[in-house]
Amino acid sequence: MRTRLYPLSELEDIPGTTVFNARRSREAYHLHKFCMSLMDADNRAAFKDHERAYLDKFKMSEEQKRAVQDRDFSKLIDLGGNIYFLVKLSNTDGWSTQRAVSSMTNMTPDEYAAMMRAGGRSPEGLRSKREGK
Amino acid sequence: MARITAGIATSHVPAIGAAFDTGRAQDADWKPVFEGYEWVKAFEQEEKPDVVILCYNDHASALMLDVVPTFALGMAEEFEPADEGWGKRDVPVVEGHIELAAHMAEQLVIDEFDLTLMNHMDVDHGCTVPLSLMFGKVDKWPCKVIPLAVNVTQFPTPSGARCWALGEAIRYAVETYPEDLNVQIWGTGGMSHQLQGPRAGLINPEFDNAFLDKLVSDTDDLRAITRLEYLREAGTEGIELIMWLIMRAALGTEVEALHRFYHVPASNTAVGHIVLRPKEIAEG
Repeated sequence: MRTRLYPLSELEDIPGTTVFNARRSREAYHLHKFCMSLMDADNRAAFKDHERAYLDKFKMSEEQKRAVQDRDFSKLIDLGGNIYFLVKLSNTDGWSTQRAVSSMTNMTPDEYAAMMRAGGRSPEGLRSKREGK
Repeated sequence: MARITAGIATSHVPAIGAAFDTGRAQDADWKPVFEGYEWVKAFEQEEKPDVVILCYNDHASALMLDVVPTFALGMAEEFEPADEGWGKRDVPVVEGHIELAAHMAEQLVIDEFDLTLMNHMDVDHGCTVPLSLMFGKVDKWPCKVIPLAVNVTQFPTPSGARCWALGEAIRYAVETYPEDLNVQIWGTGGMSHQLQGPRAGLINPEFDNAFLDKLVSDTDDLRAITRLEYLREAGTEGIELIMWLIMRAALGTEVEALHRFYHVPASNTAVGHIVLRPKEIAEG
């Protein structure tokens, strides 16, 4: 038998966390292709000019397209997305990474910024769903 | 022969680059961050490294979409700063060191590391923010750079133990390079942070400070930290700390800490920075 230090299902045990893996990466491939296209100024302009027409050039699911138009980052993570791709979208909007990240919490950008200045979110109680610690 | 004379670890938060580029380094939020790097800027002016082996992660700028390499070594003459959605950073092009990179590519594959070799690659904030922090605003970076991009984004990342073994192999590769070169190795990323989900904003100063302590004195403990433990304790992006282990292992068994800095927060992240000298270099 080969050694495994823990069952991989443990990765799903972290509260408020989605671990990006190969399956999710594939699910979001076309979404991510769209995100990376925004690394070009002409593409950013075309996207801003007509979001839906630009999105229709990519083989993304309807749900992914709608979540992009809604700037619903939590939904985009649910649909396979990873933050390093998704910030290409928030950068295009001129958002700070902090604002994009804060939108996935139940806080306003100002409340989130204040939490960070006060030392951030403690891991206490957020390590394991099962053990509640 | 070539020698690794120092190892430097630092966070590589993109907002640090943005604050640096837009002249906000003296703002109240940013001043304490940049002050933490004054020491190393003076140090680097004295040390004048010829080459920096820069361990960082690509943030879906050149890699991670069509190909997901675990370890990707930069083999090009030049690496352009990437446009991450807001235009390219106004920083110099990063110049590679082909001869040493080619020697490392040979030695590391012979040592069983199945590297991906990058003949063309743009470099993002993961690579250029550390350069700005160590060298300040310059027209040309004062040394050559060999970028080593590590997958810390898509699970499973390499383990900490694997990163450690790579660092040991890098040490051997550098020491068997015949030309006299003053080489540094940098480990970047970290410390604790999480950029997604309701748990975003996680910071764990106890974990981070223990990591900094053990980087000097108790590296066996660090090698044993599992991916799961990084995720639980330091956040999904805190696992970037495995890149610090490549740096640390390349310095040999014993090191001396020359400088250490820790600050919360920069944007979403706990900033950590340490400068280490291999014992045998420190003792001459």
